[in-house]
Amino acid sequence: MKYDVEVKISLKKGMLNPEASTIQRALALLGYNVHETDTIDIVKFSMDEDSEELVKNEVDDMCQRLLCNPVIHDYHININPQED
Amino acid sequence: MKVGVIRFPGSNCDRDVYHALELAGGEPEYVWWKENDLLHMDAVVIPGGFSYGDYLRAGAIAAITPVIEGIKKLVAEEKPVLGICNGAQILSEVGLVPGVFTVNENPKFNCQWTQLKVKTNRTPFTRSFKKDQLIKMPVAHAEGRYYNPDLDLLQDQDQIVLKFHGENPNGSLEGITGVCDESGLVCAVMPHPERASESILGSSDGLNFFKGMINY
Repeated sequence: MKYDVEVKISLKKGMLNPEASTIQRALALLGYNVHETDTIDIVKFSMDEDSEELVKNEVDDMCQRLLCNPVIHDYHININPQED
Repeated sequence: MKVGVIRFPGSNCDRDVYHALELAGGEPEYVWWKENDLLHMDAVVIPGGFSYGDYLRAGAIAAITPVIEGIKKLVAEEKPVLGICNGAQILSEVGLVPGVFTVNENPKFNCQWTQLKVKTNRTPFTRSFKKDQLIKMPVAHAEGRYYNPDLDLLQDQDQIVLKFHGENPNGSLEGITGVCDESGLVCAVMPHPERASESILGSSDGLNFFKGMINY
């Protein structure tokens, strides 16, 4: 079975996000008054695996070992089976 | 003393570090990232640069390469390891030193001379300095803001090596810009000792980092 995987990586709550605050200031320059600006990274790929559970375990492992830094990041995994 | 200078695709301070190590009286040798047996080395320096284009996070991809396994074995043998700039980011990604070096508070590439305070002289690299001695070395990075959720532990275990004195150019927690592991033998610093290793460069304070390591 083939699965589409999406990993959303965000900074832990309370962590300073200089990119987001710069974007917010730039939007203000254009006259847009926005608050609580945030940025997240999305990593997408597909995988062949026997079950969604196996995909989840493997992707969780990837997040711990490479995709995220557990000191500063939270992550959310979305898995969707591909339709033939 | 044989000192390995680690090279990744994107390293760019390797030749400067090699030169500074020779000035300090060491025998530097380049080590490619595919090597995993470094046990013939007496010490290792991971120089600065942009390994793997800083993709994902600075240091994240270098942190999973074979040479890191070799470095871990050297650490187990109690040999000194110094990470400079991108090398510091790599050591923190590996988890050999605590905390992270992340995007500067003002998210731009920051290249300037800095005044630094030596916070511990128990590491091989800082042993020729007095505690709280002021030294001068340059920084050059966009991801150097030190963050650690457990500052108390860091202080209690005497793991803060360098702090910015005066201006804190990247917003680091408490101005911290150099940390070590519990033993003090693995040290990660954002400022560049190799760029301050001859008086013609504006400072020779950095040379002591390499001399201290070589005479360890």
